[in-house]
Amino acid sequence: MKILVFVEQRDGSIKKSSFEAAQAAAGLASKAGGTCAGLVVGSGVTAKAAELGAYGIGRVIAVDQPDLARHSNTAVAKVITEIAQREGADVVVLSASSTGKDLAPRVAVQLEAGLAADCVAVTLDGALIVCTRPVFAGKALVDVTVETPVQVLTLRPNVFTATAGQGAAAVETATVQLGAGDFGTVVTETRVASGRPDVTEADVIVSGGRGLKAPEHFRLIEELADALGAAVGASRAVVDAGWRPHDEQVGQTGKTVAPTLYVACGISGAVQHLAGMSSSKYIVAINKDKDAPIFQVADYGIVGDVFEVLPELTAQVRAMLGK
Amino acid sequence: MKVVVCVNHVPDTETKIKVGPDGVSIDRTGVNYMLSPYDEIAVEEALRLRDKFKGEVIAVSLGPDQHKETLRKALAMGVDRAVLLKDDSPRDSFGVAHALAEELRAIAPDAIMFGKQSIDYDGSQVGTMVAELLGLPSVAVVVKMDVQDGKAVCEREIEGGHEVVETKLPAVFMAQKGLNEPRYPSLKGIMAAKSKPIEEKPAPPATARVVVQRMRKPAAKGSGRIVGTDKGAVGELVRLLHEEAKVI
Repeated sequence: MKILVFVEQRDGSIKKSSFEAAQAAAGLASKAGGTCAGLVVGSGVTAKAAELGAYGIGRVIAVDQPDLARHSNTAVAKVITEIAQREGADVVVLSASSTGKDLAPRVAVQLEAGLAADCVAVTLDGALIVCTRPVFAGKALVDVTVETPVQVLTLRPNVFTATAGQGAAAVETATVQLGAGDFGTVVTETRVASGRPDVTEADVIVSGGRGLKAPEHFRLIEELADALGAAVGASRAVVDAGWRPHDEQVGQTGKTVAPTLYVACGISGAVQHLAGMSSSKYIVAINKDKDAPIFQVADYGIVGDVFEVLPELTAQVRAMLGK
Repeated sequence: MKVVVCVNHVPDTETKIKVGPDGVSIDRTGVNYMLSPYDEIAVEEALRLRDKFKGEVIAVSLGPDQHKETLRKALAMGVDRAVLLKDDSPRDSFGVAHALAEELRAIAPDAIMFGKQSIDYDGSQVGTMVAELLGLPSVAVVVKMDVQDGKAVCEREIEGGHEVVETKLPAVFMAQKGLNEPRYPSLKGIMAAKSKPIEEKPAPPATARVVVQRMRKPAAKGSGRIVGTDKGAVGELVRLLHEEAKVI
């Protein structure tokens, strides 16, 4: 088994979700008695590539050329395909990040490969790779196999572990010829909000729902989130009401999340919300209504008024963490 | 401008999913189906493009007869005509993309809209695969788009921010919540939809590249404990999170 894992960088650093994908791919290769190479693509991306050695990747290919300074999904997909073919890779792994999800379907079509998207587990059954992926926003799981000679897998961020060990990868450079026709799209600007993490990448999420009663009361959610270094999430009801931006929505028509800790405040727990967050490792629910469905998935619950409980919780968390 | 919007017919978000007797798909008994919510946003954007540039909007869906309900909804919102690529058996994403691409090649639209994902199998693959099969550019997870003079400037959502992406038409766009507020079909629209044509044809066959071996429910989470009923419980909650769960 020859695995190629695509590794993303943002602002000169390798993304955590790519370390996760790299470590998972390296682990799969070693179990299967195969090899795993990393691939970095862009302009000025070589310098950090050796860091992948600490995650089990011995060899990295860097396609580092000026025409890739601005990201283009069509051009980068072509680079991945070409390197996968040169390497004779039979498995291509990407993170199911916003970039990975945008590239993997193109790479799969180009390699005439099946794509198992957004996997939360990848196991070996003999020589066969079995991928587990959530469907219906996590209301069910499917185990799938890819039936083509080449397989493409994307791995859900924040699910696989990335633990840095020792070592540096050997980095070699490669060039891929690109013409104007390969740049079907081009990213002209990237705007990243500084401050709180995104719900899909956060270890801790503090979410609010209709129980907050008014948009200005989300200040209570934000204060707890900042004390915990957490992302702010929201239920569909409050997003639909225009209290919070769409990108904070957790649930079947929002983001599916799996943080270590999810704190649901004033959220009753509609089926579509539970689908999006019930695979969180620990769930805390604070809600006035003792019969709210959110308590059925919560590890710890307080049946109480969010306006009393939240400020007290924020104060005690701050005291504990010395903030 | 000729705009195609691809739509899927999916279980309602309030559905409690049960595994069906075959062990690889859901039990469809008693399940209500709807136009996939992101596809609804795609329909709205397609209608806005037509209203701005004139032309027509064609809705395309692949699946069994029941998908006509969803096509009727799109027609009621204002889509001009619809095509149903009939197939009674489930397909993988590539199988769907392949059949859609064949149909779209014949229609040759200026813009192709999808939802960013269908809320059943959540693959986020079909739109981009269709683009690749047709040799077209694509922008996924679009929250803003501005089309002018054959060019599109889009904003797409990424982790913690946005990317501004430029491309040329024809192109494929996949809509995310926030792009627009989909209209409700008017009574006039619903009446008009009844006489709008739905062309039916068999979907071209495709071999599955990804096969579902087993569908199962995630391990049920046991109910946890109620720590208390007022702010007096906060101390105990913080202790549990620190000492038992070890998460803070």
